[in-house]
Amino acid sequence: MTIFSVRNVSYSYGTKKALDDVTIELDAGRFCALLGPNGAGKSTLFNLLTRLFVTREGSIRIAGHDLAREPRKALAALGVVFQQPTLDLDMSVAWNLQYFAALQGLSGAQAKKRIEAALERLSMSERAREKVRELNGGHRRRMEIARALIHEPKVLLLDEPTVGLDIESRIAITDHVHDLTEAGLLVFWATHLVDEIRPADDVVVLHKGRILKHERAENLCAGASLQDAFKALTSGQIAEAEAG
Amino acid sequence: MKSYLTALRAIVFREAWRFINQRSRFFAALVRPMVWLVVFAAGFRAALGLSIIPPYQTYITYEVYIVPGLCGMIQLFNAMQSSLSLVYDREMGSMRLLLTSPLPRGWLLFCKILAGTAVSVVQVYVFLALAALFGIEMPAAGYVFLLPALVLSGLMLGALGLLISSTIRQLENFAGVMNFVIFPMFFLSSALYPLWKMAESSPLLRDICAFNPFTHAVELIRFSLYGQFNGAALLWVGISFSVFMAGALIGYDPSRGLQRLRQPGSR
Repeated sequence: MTIFSVRNVSYSYGTKKALDDVTIELDAGRFCALLGPNGAGKSTLFNLLTRLFVTREGSIRIAGHDLAREPRKALAALGVVFQQPTLDLDMSVAWNLQYFAALQGLSGAQAKKRIEAALERLSMSERAREKVRELNGGHRRRMEIARALIHEPKVLLLDEPTVGLDIESRIAITDHVHDLTEAGLLVFWATHLVDEIRPADDVVVLHKGRILKHERAENLCAGASLQDAFKALTSGQIAEAEAG
Repeated sequence: MKSYLTALRAIVFREAWRFINQRSRFFAALVRPMVWLVVFAAGFRAALGLSIIPPYQTYITYEVYIVPGLCGMIQLFNAMQSSLSLVYDREMGSMRLLLTSPLPRGWLLFCKILAGTAVSVVQVYVFLALAALFGIEMPAAGYVFLLPALVLSGLMLGALGLLISSTIRQLENFAGVMNFVIFPMFFLSSALYPLWKMAESSPLLRDICAFNPFTHAVELIRFSLYGQFNGAALLWVGISFSVFMAGALIGYDPSRGLQRLRQPGSR
């Protein structure tokens, strides 16, 4: 079942086109990596998906709701982990979760239950009163992921969530997010690191604002490593652009 | 409706917590008007003759005259501080949490300025308590009538701060706000001298002061402190709030706002 649909979306900064006729359709319970080098347009796409930007060209539907026509319903079905941390470092872990729950309109027993479940998932129930500043980078990221799930979204967007983390934390977070798809959650994960992608994952290759490929990682590689396939795709485009 | 109030409570609590934990901000917020009251006003007392003008029914000292202006100054600085923290939040990313909430963006931004107003109201009352210790007391009922006036003026200045924050691209540009917003608003108002006094030196300056929304916020505060209602000031403050808030909502609207035009670096 298609739960996430981006159709013919374009976006420009003045005369410079950042996204050009982008179309992506994704089903529930999948892990989709949005792969692209820096400047490919990943963050622009994320800003459009989270309604920080809007465009008149194309449409975006999340869990059946058009983001332009029903922004509140569409946003309610969306969990987001931004590239930049968005935690209040001097507030406690529990308070950060409570604040987010309140911004989602959750309160009382329902919020309490969801926060307790989030802390349990993080194995951080004992550290709930600690300030976020005291957590390491990996724990902070996991906390942001758990926080993005408090309102039980159907789609989870993550914009390069492992940037700046050590290899151990990166693996733990990547594994954790892959596991989330088992419950039917669609994960849309922007990255430029191919080692975070598994063979059965969907891969969307974005380059210079255009979708170059959208298929399963194992099909994209065709025997080669994903790294090589990605390089071949994007460098081919660069050579093509230079020749043109 | 419940979800709206839940968000309001959380945003107000966050703002209050941040304020309490920034002791230097709390201290500065009180020292600034106290310096004006104790040092500046004492120096000007002899130089500036004041006639009896409403809402005063007798001759007053200059210290008494500038108290409402200093209350307004506290709120003005607080609103600009909130505006600064909005720009900071936007640069640091935490503003995104607010802007991607499914609750209406206009409501969340209103909560934000209401939270800033609540903090400024507390600051003003602490300042008035200190002023009372220095012998500058207002009529007892005035302290009660003051509250709604402070809420309105705080909302108006908060909406101005919100509007400014939507137009500022980087934190570094904020110094300009001090030069081009706070100082002109404060000095070109009735905070430090009555408008008739200003008219003596320049009718044009007087007209500018009369147009300045901050003048009307100060007058609303001044009249309420003496238990009097100033309808013209209330109207002016109300209109200014509506205009600033509408501008801020446009500024933060992703389809219409200035934000759309000025984020090429965020690809």
